[in-house]
Amino acid sequence: MADLYEVENLHLSLPDMTRKPLFGAAPRIEILKGLSFNIPEGEILGIVGGSGSGKSTLGRALVRLLEPTSGAVRFDGDDVTHLSEQALRPMRRRFQMIFQDPMSSMNPRHRVGRIISAPLRLHGVENAREAAREALDHVGLPRSFETRYPHELSGGQRQRVGIARAIALRPDFILADEIVSGLDVSSQAQVLALLERLVRELGLTLAFISHDLSVIRRLCTRIVVLHHGEIVENEPTAELFDNPRAGYTRELLDAIPLPDPDEPWF
Amino acid sequence: MLDGRSQVRRRAGPRLWLSGGWLTALALAAIFASFLSPHDPLAQDLFLGRMPPFWVDSAEPGYFLGTDSLGRDVLSRILYGSRVALTVALIAGTLTCLIGASLGLLAGYLRGWVDVVVSRLIDIWMAFPPVLFSILLIAVLGPGLISIIIAIVVIDWTRFARVVRAEAMAQGAMDYPASAQVAGRTRLSTMLVEILPNVLPTIVALLTLEMGIAVIVEAILSFVNLSISTDDPTWGGMISEGRVSIYQAWWVIVFPLITLFLTVLSFSQLGEGLKDRFDPVLR
Ligand SMILES: Nc1ncnc2c1ncn2[C@@H]1O[C@H](COP(=O)(O)OP(=O)(O)O)[C@@H](O)[C@H]1O
Ligand SMILES: [Mg+2]
Repeated sequence: MADLYEVENLHLSLPDMTRKPLFGAAPRIEILKGLSFNIPEGEILGIVGGSGSGKSTLGRALVRLLEPTSGAVRFDGDDVTHLSEQALRPMRRRFQMIFQDPMSSMNPRHRVGRIISAPLRLHGVENAREAAREALDHVGLPRSFETRYPHELSGGQRQRVGIARAIALRPDFILADEIVSGLDVSSQAQVLALLERLVRELGLTLAFISHDLSVIRRLCTRIVVLHHGEIVENEPTAELFDNPRAGYTRELLDAIPLPDPDEPWF
Repeated sequence: MLDGRSQVRRRAGPRLWLSGGWLTALALAAIFASFLSPHDPLAQDLFLGRMPPFWVDSAEPGYFLGTDSLGRDVLSRILYGSRVALTVALIAGTLTCLIGASLGLLAGYLRGWVDVVVSRLIDIWMAFPPVLFSILLIAVLGPGLISIIIAIVVIDWTRFARVVRAEAMAQGAMDYPASAQVAGRTRLSTMLVEILPNVLPTIVALLTLEMGIAVIVEAILSFVNLSISTDDPTWGGMISEGRVSIYQAWWVIVFPLITLFLTVLSFSQLGEGLKDRFDPVLR
């Protein structure tokens, strides 16, 4: 299958404001140190790594919330590495994002209906309101929720709204950054099952960021392991679990308590 | 969860009604001063000087709150004085708010060089002592209502800019502006549609507070004779004149003082009350 994303020698550094001198520019810290990988269409790519390994930074570079310092990010053949915000805007409907903390990623003053339909309106979709309701159907929430405020929902329901907003535009690609880490175990399972179903039904390509290998194992077809801003492993899921090559991956596998891998734990 | 919220809301109630009620009454008094005033606020009658308020035995009928040393009706002067006070509050408050909040919002949300410029400007401004600064400004501009308004705006915009900048920065660090960017919203639109509504309660609270401050500043400048001409009734002018005869005629200073106090208090309480009302989590 064709590659939806091609990432080539991606470098990204950010100014370190904590060490900024009174005058002059802050020193830059390199967060992503030359990453290369592809995401084939229809793949569910897991991105794992410890806290601070650069997972979110990589994700944000993919959806161009951050601009890479050098290297290239190609989306469906188009080079988006340094595209201006204006040039990106029409393309944005094709790659969407689900955020870790739905409370922070939803305007507390907007109702659910408006939160989901806003991207549709911005891209000139006709009948955005009805499309937003269909998105609610899709994520298994009653349509009556469109008049609710985010704070009137449970954590799991809120994350479903986050998913509804991301799929409403019918994107080709969705980035999910630690989307279940704030949820209790039973909501986690439900949200993951929902995501799995939607990916299949809508033919999405997904990048799923997590520090939880058991979650990744269940969902993803391929896994990229990130360590200090570098890719230490990039393998199909089964391969990685059976035969971890990098020392760091082995450490990760050992450190994270996994349910008995032979038992179907779900 | 609902219980806690409804309690907060109930507490916001009387505060909002009392302060709003007083300010509404004051606004009506200012608009209809010519109908409501029993006497001409400028009319002197030296035979009726220093008449006490109505409940004192030697009170002169018709002079509800007594007269000052020139025989002018205190009540009428307070009513007319509310015109100056509210005009200054409204115009100076609004202008200060517009300028300060805009700069703060731009600096806090856009960051970068806009923030560098605005922050430096605020730092420089804060180095001036405000009282001396205002007197200096009036001295340059000449006394008068417009000078007072300009002085308040020039001095106090930093109050809005500082607070709104910090608030906009905090809002900008949340994920919902990023999510708007992913959805394809422009930065300007994000600032106005997403950030501004979340900063608005703070702005409203500051605005009413600023109106209260404007009333005080006008009173102080009237007190030191830098406001409008001394004949026209202002609360500060009345307090200044009443000070001289505070032992013989306390009412000349006390009534405008009470009015001033209640007005400033109402402005600040109104802001706090509105802030709670605006919050969708508390609403
Ligand atoms: N805006 C920023 N400015 C400077 N450093 C940052 C910024 N955001 C993240 N970092 C640093 O980059 C590194 C990677 O962060 P992040 O991508 O969020 O890691 P992860 O998502 O894997 O936990 C961390 O060391 C973090 O401190
Ligand atoms: Mg992260």
